[in-house]
Amino acid sequence: MSHTPPVTAPRARIRRLTITRFRSYAAAQIEVADGPVVLTGPNGAGKTNLLEAISFFSPGRGLRRAPLDAIAQAGGDGSWAVAAQVEGALGEVMLGTGGDAPRADTPARRFRIDRETASSANAFLDHLKVVWLTPEMDGLFTGPPADRRRFLDRLVLAVDASHGTRVNALERALRTRNRVLEDGGDNRMLGAVEHELAELGVAVAAARLETVQRLATEIAAHADDASLFPYADIALDGALERLLATAPAVEVEDRYRAILQDNRPRDRAAGRTLEGPHLCDLAVAHGPKGLSAARCSTGEQKSLLIGLALSHARLVTAMQGHAPVVLLDDVVAYLDADRRAGLFAALSALGAQVWMSGADPLAFEALADAERFEVRPGEVRRAR
Amino acid sequence: MSRAVAGPEIERLIQLLGRMPGLGPRSARRATLHLIKKRETLMAPLALALQDVLGKIVECQVCGNVDVRDPCTVCTDIHREAGVIVVVAEVADLWALERANAINAKYHVLGGVLSPLDGVGPDDLNLGKLVARVQAGGLDEVILALGATVDAQTTAHYITDLLRDSGVKVTRLAHGVPVGGELDHLDEGTLSAAIRARTTL
Ligand SMILES: Nc1ncnc2c1ncn2[C@@H]1O[C@H](COP(=O)(O)OP(=O)(O)OP(=O)(O)O)[C@@H](O)[C@H]1O
Ligand SMILES: [Mg+2]
Repeated sequence: MSHTPPVTAPRARIRRLTITRFRSYAAAQIEVADGPVVLTGPNGAGKTNLLEAISFFSPGRGLRRAPLDAIAQAGGDGSWAVAAQVEGALGEVMLGTGGDAPRADTPARRFRIDRETASSANAFLDHLKVVWLTPEMDGLFTGPPADRRRFLDRLVLAVDASHGTRVNALERALRTRNRVLEDGGDNRMLGAVEHELAELGVAVAAARLETVQRLATEIAAHADDASLFPYADIALDGALERLLATAPAVEVEDRYRAILQDNRPRDRAAGRTLEGPHLCDLAVAHGPKGLSAARCSTGEQKSLLIGLALSHARLVTAMQGHAPVVLLDDVVAYLDADRRAGLFAALSALGAQVWMSGADPLAFEALADAERFEVRPGEVRRAR
Repeated sequence: MSRAVAGPEIERLIQLLGRMPGLGPRSARRATLHLIKKRETLMAPLALALQDVLGKIVECQVCGNVDVRDPCTVCTDIHREAGVIVVVAEVADLWALERANAINAKYHVLGGVLSPLDGVGPDDLNLGKLVARVQAGGLDEVILALGATVDAQTTAHYITDLLRDSGVKVTRLAHGVPVGGELDHLDEGTLSAAIRARTTL
């Protein structure tokens, strides 16, 4: 049998991770070579903490959506830091983020690229994308739409770096409108606020729609009825989003503006804006079965989510020319042996650097060439 | 707390300098030491200049700019195109546009942007005088150079509506201005390009 080397796209990878006064760690460092990274250790040892540290190289509050004051090691002065030596899209780079000991006039979080200050975590996106799956996401399909919107916005962010700023701006525009309604602001003021809200709302909806469509195309290209990770049917569910599929954006903006104007009395009474892209939903169905994801079995939902994450990672790779760093917290242990093998094969084909955690080292035995680490409270060391 | 190394007057000077933008406690100490070393050639003239400016500083009653005369240097400059007014949020933005040599026009300084979440409404901005200037006639264009934050854009929409029936063309900066960016932080090339590529609202 001839031996063809796997054809892999270039990938972003972390070479060395250094954390200081971060969660359960006073100080720790991991250096990794090429294989998938496996972190094992007992419950509460600090595995998720390490993955969380990496997730701070993506905009937002990390994979736990932690409040800033929860991150620094308890009992310390409140400062913390995470640094990574990265082989990224633009070559070797040193990324750093952290917080100072809380003081009134210091910024909450700092961002460093090659020892220079960066204004936000958005700047990291030039170098690497980080995507993740965690046990908390297991309820994604049965939970509230807000969770799915957040999930979707992370998917968009990995292919469209300005999406985070856009979503934050939309959020502020909504709060502004609600405040003006509450304060009994005049029509001119409301008109100005709604003008801006409509522009931002349609921009956010359009970006989400574009990513959902691209992802659907990516899924369709790999759809396989027999796969252990069933392909998903995905769609963006919302009135504006449906309009956007057929009408030009400026027209949808006008429509949304008119709706906002009509709804002023209703929205004022409700104390919030009752229509818009901040209320859309990501509809996911089990492709082969044609069944809504919310009605699938727990195991089927897990497999669907993994399939979706793999498709997204492929899309990011195709669009950026660079595979993202993939974090899989406690994902592997819950899969049966066949699915485990299927996941390892898919990850290897993806060519991305993967960081996986689990309590049981046996779950990762089938993985070839892994970089294995043992995690114990406060420390992490290479497994023998 | 570390022990004081100098008398309270000097410590106070360090403290005050440390409150300047861009100066932390360390650089405030360096600046103070420098002033003490150059007390004849730098500290004395600086003290006089501060005193002088403090006594003369006024807000321009035409445009809201800050200067030592009213109307201000910009408003009384006969070499500026009188038919174009650039509306900015802060004096810092006016200075930024001038530094960039972006345009040869008159200005109007609002003193901020509308921000309902921070309790800033139309009555808190220098809008009445802007309307009066437009109504006084002789204008061809009002350029809204207000940055790209939600508040700045909302302010732009508000002013556009306010001036809708005036017959004066209202334009705003091109979308080269990054979302969330404030004018004062942009480089000169970007500012000039944004002014040149302005669009009618
Ligand atoms: N700010 C903090 N300071 C000190 N310790 C913290 C802080 N935040 C979390 N911890 C501790 O970190 C420990 C490890 O948490 P982590 O979630 O990483 O464990 P894990 O190895 O992923 O465990 P599991 O297998 O149960 O998922 C927990 O015992 C937690 O109490
Ligand atoms: Mg964990």
